[in-house]
Amino acid sequence: MADMDRSAALQQQVNNAIHAGTALNIRGSNSKHFLGRVADGEVLSLSEHRGMIEYDPRELVLTARSGTPLAEIESALAEASQMLTFEPPHFGENATLGGTLACGLSGPRRPYAGAARDAVLGCKLINGKGELLRFGGQVMKNVAGYDVSRLMVGAYGTLGVLLEISLKVLPRPASSLTVIHECPQTEAINQMSHLLSQPVPVDAACYHSGHCYVRLAGSEQAVRHAQKQLGGETLEKSAPFWLALREHQLSFFKSSKPLYRVLVKPATPPLPIAGSWLLDWGGAQRWLVSDEPVAVIRESVAAAGGHVSQFRASVQDAAVFQPLSAALFTIHQRLKNSFDPHRIFNPGRLYSGL
Amino acid sequence: MTAEKTAINPHAHAQEVLLKGLLSLLPASLVLTDPEDLRPFECDGLSVYRRLPLVVVLPETIAQVQAIMRLCHKLRVPVVARGAGTGLSGGALPSSDGVLVSLAKFKKILNIDPQNAQATVQPGVRNLAISEAVAVHGLYYAPDPSSQIACTIGGNVAENSGGVHCLKYGLTVHNILMLKVVTMEGELLTIGAETLDAPGYDLLALMTGSEGMLGIIVEVTVKLLARPERAQVVLAAFDDVVKAGEAVGAIIAAGIIPAGLEMMDKLAIQAAEDFAHAGYPRDAEAILLCELDGTNAEVSEYIMAVRKVLTQSGATEVRTAVDEAERQLFWKGRKSAFPAVGRISPDYYCMDGTIPRRHLPRVLRQISQWSAEYGLPVANVFHAGDGNLHPLILFDANKPGELARTEEFGRRILQLCVEVGGTITGEHGVGMEKIDQMCIQFQSGELSQFHAVKAAFDPSGLLNPGKAVPTLHRCAELGAMHVHHGQLPHPELDRF
Repeated sequence: MADMDRSAALQQQVNNAIHAGTALNIRGSNSKHFLGRVADGEVLSLSEHRGMIEYDPRELVLTARSGTPLAEIESALAEASQMLTFEPPHFGENATLGGTLACGLSGPRRPYAGAARDAVLGCKLINGKGELLRFGGQVMKNVAGYDVSRLMVGAYGTLGVLLEISLKVLPRPASSLTVIHECPQTEAINQMSHLLSQPVPVDAACYHSGHCYVRLAGSEQAVRHAQKQLGGETLEKSAPFWLALREHQLSFFKSSKPLYRVLVKPATPPLPIAGSWLLDWGGAQRWLVSDEPVAVIRESVAAAGGHVSQFRASVQDAAVFQPLSAALFTIHQRLKNSFDPHRIFNPGRLYSGL
Repeated sequence: MTAEKTAINPHAHAQEVLLKGLLSLLPASLVLTDPEDLRPFECDGLSVYRRLPLVVVLPETIAQVQAIMRLCHKLRVPVVARGAGTGLSGGALPSSDGVLVSLAKFKKILNIDPQNAQATVQPGVRNLAISEAVAVHGLYYAPDPSSQIACTIGGNVAENSGGVHCLKYGLTVHNILMLKVVTMEGELLTIGAETLDAPGYDLLALMTGSEGMLGIIVEVTVKLLARPERAQVVLAAFDDVVKAGEAVGAIIAAGIIPAGLEMMDKLAIQAAEDFAHAGYPRDAEAILLCELDGTNAEVSEYIMAVRKVLTQSGATEVRTAVDEAERQLFWKGRKSAFPAVGRISPDYYCMDGTIPRRHLPRVLRQISQWSAEYGLPVANVFHAGDGNLHPLILFDANKPGELARTEEFGRRILQLCVEVGGTITGEHGVGMEKIDQMCIQFQSGELSQFHAVKAAFDPSGLLNPGKAVPTLHRCAELGAMHVHHGQLPHPELDRF
């Protein structure tokens, strides 16, 4: 598909929707339709609004239209030996940059190199008044005005239509290697937590099927040195494993039972909820496959100081994401109102009433 | 306004009600009204703007902050929050008809959690004190603004402070997890979470760098990092500023992200050398300080690579600090550049623009040309890795008209930063200082959206009024002065 700037046509569609009072369902490649609550509305397709606008490896900044496939961006970066810092999951061949950021998705590297929002430098968007606005920029440091660009990340399209995004990118590490050792969950949690205060070049850590996986990345000598320090077996050809984890292609994720995403402090001991667990992000993001009632899961996670969302659920709960306190929800509603006063963008996708 | 001159001054009455209210919430020793007591609060680090507040309060608990806010909200009294007052954009400048809330009493480190690499502190804790308190666990807090000995974490969050290690470790926004914030209505909000992501909108990003416009930060949970095994700094001298600028791009192109990459020009080098005796080459046109950190082996590898790149980029001298003492000395020179320049000139004005790095040569040439035109010397200090410029314009406020010319020169530099695709402020904030330059950076649509965001948190508009985001009318009035490419920036508004 050819690169195309569809900003004007998209703005027209938004204006039409405002006048007609029609809700819009913002869509890239539709690869993430299963995330969040169901939002009805006329489809506003971003898939033709695509193409990289600017990429200068020396500046460590990339700007692309939101409908640009992630795969296209990643291959351009790879040619310059660079990468997206947050190792985003695609969840589909044609996953777009805009959809990835709207859902705020980050992969295994997230605890060590930052989340999707951390990489965002600026954006161009259409707000719910049909205005074309630019926030942030293409520079690393910018404190002019409120940080609206990062606010868009994880907002599930409820505040505006992302048109262009500028991201900070980084060189690929010269060398990478995964060490693995067999241990009980508690020991893995302790080890992954211990590594947080050690000067070891860790860039991913997870616990799956009785094994703790630690990915090291950096200069060749640094990686080799850390490998000796950590011991354990070296996992040959580790890339497919991390890819399968990132894309939820491990057999763990193929269960027909509901899948939950549980966020806790990384050193939190194993949670007493029946089901199977896979720990990513060094223990900070835990995947749970369970038949337990949602309320039971929420209560148990909350008791541990964490929060939970339904990731792939056969029947969607009224609240897919962790409910907010009344005071915070009021701020959310006022913010929604300030960006999208006619409530046309993905209404209800994130929370009922937003 | 003759009404104000009637026998019973309504303002005096309102002030009495306010004072009585505050004294019912706080011990009298924490409510300051004597002009002598108010004096230390009249300005922040940008002392050209001075104003006495009506009253200063020094609450000690979150409940007190909430009660003060409820009272001020009820009485419609403006509120400005203040940390250590080291800000450089007038963000903590008091309102003359308002209350200044000092967070100076919030000095406790509440919890250090090494297992989860985080710490919870009160907003008045100094930036450096956090790293000192967690050092025993092999951890530190990464952002290190040059005022880190004095500046507080609450102020750092309000300004989204950076420092010399931003390129690798990010700004404040990348290094905090959770905030407790009191709104103008007195509501206590928990924003973010102790977990890596929080549910709902990313209000943590919105709050960071919001310059005290959205809420008062009363608690901060920061992310801590493992202290690198080794840090080493390489100093390179150049006989041409442009070559030094190009070397910065070359290091990054070689796939290396230094922990810090700083540049100073001749005037800054000489001032810093006289002040700190850091061993800088006095005859160089520019120096680069390139810090590499990581494991021992990694640092050795990177030093070799960086030395090679610097030499190929035409450095006249490349020196690696021989030991930790020399490394500290190299940094001491850089970190004392501002006071050092303060010694060689009666006054200086510190600018804070950011540009895409590739435009560095063009911007430097233009600044140097303007410097000659205005007859005002400029010392340049840069966070070169981030493209964040700190030109220091040297002037004498006692010479008639020199401050005005300095400010005009400064405005032109910021306008140039915007023209090359950069921004009017990289890390010091807008505050009072750059409120007019916001009209250059943004159109009325964005500015209206900012006002709407502000109203979502502070519908009454009483928090830090008149700062950070200009009114559209202010921009329209300025528009006449900033006609760009023959277009008025805000054609939809009436002119005055």
